[in-house]
Amino acid sequence: MALFLPNRYAGRLIVVEGIDGSGKSTQISLLSHWLRSQGYAVAFSEWNSSPLVRQTTRRGKKKEMFTPTTFSLIHATDFANRSESYILPLVKAGAIVCADRYAFTAFARDVARGVNRRWVRNLYRFAVRPDLCFYFRVPLDVAVQRILGGRDAIKYYEAGMDLGLSRDVVESFRIFQGRILDEYEAMAQSMGFRIIDATLSIEEQQRQMREIVLEALDQRLKSGVLRVPGGESNAGATTAPVLQ
Amino acid sequence: MPVRQPLQFYSEPLPGVDTAELHGRLIVIEGPDAVGRSTQVARLRQWLEQEGHAVLDTGMARSALAGKGIKEAMRGNTLGPIAMTLFYTTDFADRLENEIVPALRAGFVVLIDRYIFSIMARAVARGEDRRWIEQVAGFALVPHAVYYLRASVEELVSRVVLGRGAFDYWESGMDVGFGADMYQSFVRYQSRLIRALDLMAKRYNFTVVDANRPADVIFEELRERIGAMQFNGAPIETIPAAPPKRAPRKRAWKSTS
Repeated sequence: MALFLPNRYAGRLIVVEGIDGSGKSTQISLLSHWLRSQGYAVAFSEWNSSPLVRQTTRRGKKKEMFTPTTFSLIHATDFANRSESYILPLVKAGAIVCADRYAFTAFARDVARGVNRRWVRNLYRFAVRPDLCFYFRVPLDVAVQRILGGRDAIKYYEAGMDLGLSRDVVESFRIFQGRILDEYEAMAQSMGFRIIDATLSIEEQQRQMREIVLEALDQRLKSGVLRVPGGESNAGATTAPVLQ
Repeated sequence: MPVRQPLQFYSEPLPGVDTAELHGRLIVIEGPDAVGRSTQVARLRQWLEQEGHAVLDTGMARSALAGKGIKEAMRGNTLGPIAMTLFYTTDFADRLENEIVPALRAGFVVLIDRYIFSIMARAVARGEDRRWIEQVAGFALVPHAVYYLRASVEELVSRVVLGRGAFDYWESGMDVGFGADMYQSFVRYQSRLIRALDLMAKRYNFTVVDANRPADVIFEELRERIGAMQFNGAPIETIPAAPPKRAPRKRAWKSTS
C-alpha cells in the first residue's frame, strides 16, 4: 500500500524534519518569508497546533496521561485535523504549504517510543506526499548543547521521561533524542530526504534550501502555484513565525 | 480471515500488555444510533452484578484523556472524518489501556457500549479506506462476544422521533451532508452505517440480534445468550456470587487459553 497520497494538485508542500535543536524551525520560517516575498501564496503549518486537539494534548502532557500508543494517536489526530482543514485544501488551491515537522516526526519519535513501525506508517497514509522534505542533520551533542543553552527546562515527553530511560532529565533527553536520530537516519534515503548539514551557518543552510527549492520546484513555480506577479502576497496572513 | 481467540490482539500488540494475564470477559454491544444499546448495557450490568460478577461498563468518548476534547470538538461541527476517526481511536486506546485491560486482569466482566466497529463503520460510511482504519484499530482485543443490535432504518427513525423528538447533527451525518435535510441525511447515513456493520458481521464474528423488537424481548435474548456462554467450561451464571472460602475465586476465573 502507498505510504502517502500523491500530490496531484496545483500547490506544493515543503516540510522540514530533524531532532530538537537542529534549527529546522528557523530555516523553514526564513524560507516561507522568502517565498512570500517572491509573491507566492504561502501557508504555514506547525506540528501539534490544531485548535481542536491541542487542549487534549496539553492536558495529557501536563497530567502525564500518555502511553506510547495514545501519544502517537493524539498527534495523528492533530495532524489529521490540520491536514483536512488546512494543508490539503490549500495545496489543492495552489498554495505552497510549508510545514514545520510532518509525518516523519511521528515515524521517528513514536518508533523510538516503542510503537510498531508498520502501524505508525499506516496511521499517516492519508497524508499528502511532500514535494520536498528537508532533513537537518546534526550530531547529537550539538543538538543537546543548543537545547540546554537556549531554554530553561526540557519537557517530560520531549526527554522521553515516560520511557524510564534515566532518572536524569538531561541524560534521558540525550538517550531518547539519540534513538530518534537513529530513526531519522534509517529512513533518510528511502524517504528521499534532502539532507542539510545543520552545523553550517544559518545563512549557508538557507542558501542551500533556496537553491534546492528553485531547482526542484522549477516548473511548478513558473505555473501552477498561486503567485502575485512581481509583488508580495498575503504577507503576514499567517501567524508570524518566531525566530528561535 | 484467521480464526481469532478472545482476548488476543487483532493485528498489533499493544506495547506492555501480556494477554496471558487477562482473565475477564469482554462483551461488546454494537449497533447504529438510537437502537437502544445503552438501555441494554445498563440492564445487563445490573443483572451481571446480581449474579456476583464485577462489571466495568464503558463506551465511546468516556476516556479521561480525550472524552472532554471530543465533546468540545463535536460542538464546533468542524471535525473532518479522518480527525474524528483518530480522535475516537485515541479515546478508545486510552480506555483500553487504562480501564479495560486492568479490569480484564482483575477478572471483571467488561461490557462495552460500542467498540472499534462503530468507529470503523463511521469512517467507512464517510468514504474512508476500510483497510486503513482496520489496521489503525488493530491493537484492539478480540471480544468473547459481539452482539450486534440490528434494526431497520425506519425503526431507528421512529425511535428518534418518538423518543428524542429531534435529529442530531452527527447522527444524521450532516458533517458530510448525505441529504437535503436532517431527516433525509439521517436515513441515508444510518443506512450506510448499517451496511458497514452488516459487512463486518461475518468478518468479526458478530451475533446478530433483531432489535426491531421491544427492549424487554431483546434483553431476554441477550441474557440467555450471555448466560449460556461457556467460560472455561462453566456457564457464566454458575459462578457463585460469594465463593466458598476454600475455593479461591481466582480458580473459577482462571483462563485456559
